[in-house]
Amino acid sequence: MATDVMATPVAATGGKIKSELMQQRVRAARWFLLPMLIALAVVAGWPLLRSIYFSFTDASLNNIDGAEWIGFGNYFRVQQLASGAVRYRGLLVDADWWNAVWNTLRFAATSVFFEAVLGMVVALVLNAEFKGRGIVRAAILIPWAIPTIVSAKMWSWMLNDQFGILNDLGLRLGLLSQKVAWTATAETAMQAVLVVDIWKTTPFMALLILAGLQMVPKDIYEAAEIDGVHPIKQFFRITLPLVRPALMVAIIFRLLDALRIFDLIYVLTPNSSATKTMSVLARENLFDFDKFAYGSAMSTLLFLIIAILTIVYIWLGKVRFDGGDR
Amino acid sequence: MGATFDLWKITKTTLFYALVVVIVVVSVFPFYYAILTSFKQGTDIFRITYWPVSFSLENYQSVLSQGSFPRNLLNSIFIASVTVILALFLAVTAAFALSRVRFRGRGFLLMVILGVSMFPQIAVLSGLFELIRALGIYNTPWALVFSYTIFTLPFTVWVLTTFMRDLPIEIEEAAIVDGASPWVIITKVFMPLMWPALVTTGLLAFIGAWNEFLFALTFTSSNDTRTVPVAIALLSGGSQYEIPWGIIMAASVIVTVPLVALVLIFQRKIVSGLTAGGVKG
Repeated sequence: MATDVMATPVAATGGKIKSELMQQRVRAARWFLLPMLIALAVVAGWPLLRSIYFSFTDASLNNIDGAEWIGFGNYFRVQQLASGAVRYRGLLVDADWWNAVWNTLRFAATSVFFEAVLGMVVALVLNAEFKGRGIVRAAILIPWAIPTIVSAKMWSWMLNDQFGILNDLGLRLGLLSQKVAWTATAETAMQAVLVVDIWKTTPFMALLILAGLQMVPKDIYEAAEIDGVHPIKQFFRITLPLVRPALMVAIIFRLLDALRIFDLIYVLTPNSSATKTMSVLARENLFDFDKFAYGSAMSTLLFLIIAILTIVYIWLGKVRFDGGDR
Repeated sequence: MGATFDLWKITKTTLFYALVVVIVVVSVFPFYYAILTSFKQGTDIFRITYWPVSFSLENYQSVLSQGSFPRNLLNSIFIASVTVILALFLAVTAAFALSRVRFRGRGFLLMVILGVSMFPQIAVLSGLFELIRALGIYNTPWALVFSYTIFTLPFTVWVLTTFMRDLPIEIEEAAIVDGASPWVIITKVFMPLMWPALVTTGLLAFIGAWNEFLFALTFTSSNDTRTVPVAIALLSGGSQYEIPWGIIMAASVIVTVPLVALVLIFQRKIVSGLTAGGVKG
């Protein structure tokens, strides 16, 4: 946090008045923050604690109030069958869950990688001076402005196996030999989801990177030009290091978003185990399968996984949210 | 030498503009195709065309006349507006405290706020469900106004904090010398300067609330209380093979056109608002 550069108007005036004024301001600040903090505690803090609590109970959808504490049973328990055989049960040995975890991680890593690369390309284009730049910027804002559900529906129409325009285009251009059921086939379902997500969120990435690019002083490039540095080398030696802070922040924002993905997959590829993510599986257990406690355990584990990944990323990438290493 | 150089330059320019065209076409095409489909009638929908061949308002008439879609639109407008107004109301004072007053734990508090705005919503879903049922607002618009606060409030606080932090000290000094209280400083000094920032932040939060799906799907259960994203997601025909694509596309265009218009009108402000949340943080 850029706490040091914060404005403290009274710092310049002297002595007693200063400290009195400061105290008055700090007291006022507490009252100003209180409503927001209460609101956040009620809508975020309390529900989070309750969700974690439910994961240690036997709660079901119709019996939430009567939930009883059962410890770690939803996560892991050993079951002795009548035959004497021992079975391991619970979330930690649930193949469906780990499939969803793998899907989520694969989706997040792939989508964010492509978004970063393509976002960089779009940002470099937008950073150049050319006629019609305004049109390009307006155009790339359109995918961002379209609601996710709507883009999922638009794309599932375009990806339709019988009447989809993408199959038609692929056949006409000779890229496909036959029509493909993009969203229904296990092998292509994830690709379909990735394409839609990358289409929708690359603009966001591009705009964040562009803001970083615009902070790079132009005369560095002029100097490099005079020294005869090749444009590709310029990119890797000048541009990339200088936009790195902006890029790292953009990537973590997108990564956190990708790890909790729900709506796109719920609409585009419903009931496909090839794309089912942690969020989709957790909601399914909570409300469709009437395994409220088990679903809560999933959401708790999801929260933990995301928290750990975020901490590792911030720590490894030395991410700073104040605009970086300047 | 000069000729080859020119050739290279021409190739470069051509490639660059080709890239520009690809970016624009890829960005715009799905929306264009949705509009195209929405104006097709009957079996025309299943004839793949790249240009408009027929024009009919049938799909729009049926989506607006039958079912609860108009009601869903009103729900979405009401919920998103109330959520944003509430969030801005709570955020202005909080942002003042976080940006203009130095106190212990401020950095930590900002991290918590950022953390909440990046929260996986599913992590609070079961707890929120219990709370919303206990409050007796399940299946009402208030359930969504209540739950949307979880992402609109931290977002507005964060963006307004970065905005207020960049305002010069001098504007406050005169008011402090005159003995104005912090409340007076906010309402009389900051508010008049903050309108642009409030509009931008409000618009971004509005889009977020308008597009939200998970909470809307979970906390409403009847056709009349749903918001548009859920209504569109659940629009279906008689069977799996009778998906009413024309109607879905018409509904999609109806909910998207206002957003695209707003975004294009406020382009510059939105871009600066987005990047304020991300880069300058």
